[in-house]
Amino acid sequence: MTALLYIKTKMLDKIGIAKRIAKEIKDGYYVNLGIGIPTLVANYIPNDVDVILQSENGLLGMGPFPFEGEEDPDTINAGKQTITKLAGSAIFDSAMSFGMIRAKKVNLTILGAMEVSENGDIANWKIPGKMVKGMGGAMDLVASAENIIVAMQHVNKAGESKLLPKCTLPLTGINCVKKIVTELAVLDVLPNGGGFKLLERAPGISVEEIKNATLGKLIIEGEIPEMIID
Amino acid sequence: MNKVVSGADEAIRDIKNGMTLMLGGFGMCGLPEKCILALVKKGVKDLTCISNNAGVDDFGIGLLLHQHQVKKMISSYVGENAEFERQLLSGELEVELIPQGTLATRCMAAGYGMPAIFTPAGIGTEVAEGKEIRNFNGKDYLMEMAFDADFAIVKAWKGDRLGNLVYRSTARNFNPVMAMAGKITIAEVEELVEPGELDPDNIHTPGIYVHRIFKGEDYEKRIEQRTVRKRD
Repeated sequence: MTALLYIKTKMLDKIGIAKRIAKEIKDGYYVNLGIGIPTLVANYIPNDVDVILQSENGLLGMGPFPFEGEEDPDTINAGKQTITKLAGSAIFDSAMSFGMIRAKKVNLTILGAMEVSENGDIANWKIPGKMVKGMGGAMDLVASAENIIVAMQHVNKAGESKLLPKCTLPLTGINCVKKIVTELAVLDVLPNGGGFKLLERAPGISVEEIKNATLGKLIIEGEIPEMIID
Repeated sequence: MNKVVSGADEAIRDIKNGMTLMLGGFGMCGLPEKCILALVKKGVKDLTCISNNAGVDDFGIGLLLHQHQVKKMISSYVGENAEFERQLLSGELEVELIPQGTLATRCMAAGYGMPAIFTPAGIGTEVAEGKEIRNFNGKDYLMEMAFDADFAIVKAWKGDRLGNLVYRSTARNFNPVMAMAGKITIAEVEELVEPGELDPDNIHTPGIYVHRIFKGEDYEKRIEQRTVRKRD
């Protein structure tokens, strides 16, 4: 078995990443979840943690997907999926939605990324010559949020690290990412370009394997515990 | 005062080639679908369209793109549209991608009579290129200009002949801020009611911002991502 395949049998899947991120959500938080793995996080927030989900198209109090036959075309999330509104939800226009984001009323933002640099820059909206979809609300979110967690794969499909000294793709925001959860590890992004500080390993993943998958500056201090995922 | 017009064709009668239009909606949600169909029928060209998204291939602004009626799109997210991507990559279509909050707030600024806003969105990225940056309390902000649109076209749930509007659920999105921002604002509604039927405390767009209103028939209200859960 090659080294890469060996890692693949042990690393977390998307649900594992979502479960680990769910542990970062504190009681009383207002949380904005991006498209992809971040959306899955909502399924693993413990019942005793009271949070309100913000959807930047104009909703606080986003609920689960509707039951079949109960879809409402007027009620969607930022990923344009049909959703429901929980009791106590509130609707507002797009300017107010980004007003509350800019004014730092949203406590935690979780989003995906193509690259993160060791000073917390993030790239996730454009691949020149290949993909032109736009930034949506991502630039507003990363420019204002005080607590940003990135959910992403540690390496891309070509096997290249996505944790870099410097981003190569067009940036979404600078000096903003605080924490990264990947299929291999949990890392803090230290302030002032201090690098990626390894906090936890995915179950069965060695520090050496994380080192090999990380191109940016990796700080390893003492014993690195395994993630605890229920 | 009566702002009611007979339908979409009359509402858009004086939209001309080369004009700048704001179109409300987020994806297919809260989209002024009747006016878009009327614009397709009228065949006006070289439009600059300010709208969060560019529709899908066979619905919404995608229909205008298909007929090459759009010269420039100003949007925040333009995925899910193959024809759009083709025109963009071939250089037939000019596109300005801007952050979603910047898009909304530039509309808001126009409706509030403010020439510009300052936002941190885009600092350190290509969005900031060529724009004035000001530092407030140690943080950099980009100066972004209020939009200047000839027409704003919005979709509401209910409206009266004075132009007062109420939106429904997340179909509100960009509609209220765009309604405030057009030199001429057209509102298409699902229900046209008598003055007094809408509660003054619950009006989202005061009629002063709206110039023309009509009731659209048979809204398609297409769903872009139908997601459901199973009953236990």
